[in-house]
Amino acid sequence: MSSVTLSVNGAKLICDIEPRESLADVLRERLRLTAIHLGCEQGACGACTVLVDGKMTRSCLRLAVMCDGQSVQTLEGFPDDRIMQVLRRHFHQCHALQCGFCTPGMLVTARDILLRLPRPEAQAVRHALSGQICRCTGYANIITAIVAAGRELGGA
Amino acid sequence: MKPAPFDYARPKTVAEATALLAQAGASAAVIAGGQSLIPMLNLRMAQPDLLVDVGGLEELKATGETTQGLHIGALTTHSDIEDGKLPDLFGGLMQRVASGISYRAIRNYGTIGGSVALADPAADWPVCLMALGAEVRIASCSGQRSEPVGDFARGQYTTSLAKDEIILGFDLKRPDATLRWGSCKVVRKSGAFASSMAIAVERGGGAAAVALAGAASRACLLPSVAKHAGSAASSDDVLRAAIAQDLAALVPEADGYSRRLHASTVMRAVREMRSR
Repeated sequence: MSSVTLSVNGAKLICDIEPRESLADVLRERLRLTAIHLGCEQGACGACTVLVDGKMTRSCLRLAVMCDGQSVQTLEGFPDDRIMQVLRRHFHQCHALQCGFCTPGMLVTARDILLRLPRPEAQAVRHALSGQICRCTGYANIITAIVAAGRELGGA
Repeated sequence: MKPAPFDYARPKTVAEATALLAQAGASAAVIAGGQSLIPMLNLRMAQPDLLVDVGGLEELKATGETTQGLHIGALTTHSDIEDGKLPDLFGGLMQRVASGISYRAIRNYGTIGGSVALADPAADWPVCLMALGAEVRIASCSGQRSEPVGDFARGQYTTSLAKDEIILGFDLKRPDATLRWGSCKVVRKSGAFASSMAIAVERGGGAAAVALAGAASRACLLPSVAKHAGSAASSDDVLRAAIAQDLAALVPEADGYSRRLHASTVMRAVREMRSR
């Protein structure tokens, strides 16, 4: 077992873990952060996407032991985030989710897209979102929601 | 979908890392960003006894201009390059290549050193660095050595790295003012490894290098195409014949579709280079 110190959604935590445990497993199974959805566990689906030290990453492709001393932000960690609030409202209004399995990863990725590409067009969103898999919606409403959120947020 | 158990070490210096690798059995693995290795661990395609995490080694982060040109530390991520955090000596070529690798979430932690060390035959950085004539700088217990990136990969997922060696970074020569380049990558789906990827670079005076990935067991230079690519006098027919000649030597067993695909990516890369 290894002891790692993580800052998770602002709270400092010390966990005793096996080196082989993914960040995703530690967040979901040990810390019960259930916005972490494990779809593929090989980096292909994007459902487990989080921020590590502010950078978007797949939590199934990080070992928790590699994140010692780093800060992790899961979907639970954006309560007062303006971009996330606007995205959530547009996801709701546009019916951008059905079963909801992909939604945490979609929202974290959508926020990253809006930070990097202010007021994106649908084509740019489609390309930037192509690493996130949804098996329900056919993506159209997700794209619509992100484009609408981008327009509302403007250049901010 | 969970890795088999392994031990984990996070050395603080290159000397410590190479010593760990030298002492370890054959099944030690080096991990940097982990964006290729962790899926392989999860699928149990790789089952090392020991993971040596080089992510904390400052010597692998050093990046900047040198008297010769540019040194890129092995831990430089694809996102760093995509976002223009490196001095751009090559007219945006490396930014173009970086932004086409996988997805942003992968680019944020995947490293240029890891890409070259993995030696996937369709990977983006080996073909790019080969076209730019880069050298890979390698450290071991007994010192350092350098080798052209083109010689470093020996075949699919096979390199010249000895058990106790790690990649420190890459050295690229500064081009003269007339550098021109073109690149073309065909993927079945955005973010996938290339079905075919060609990069053409001309460093002035008509001397060109053209490299192709996704065809053979490793990225390769195309010598006949390079001879004609830089000369505006070479017609499309001459170029097509040169491409066919190189492909016949490189992948004689390729089917008609693959030959046409590779011929197209090479032709588009050369055309883009000439249009600059």
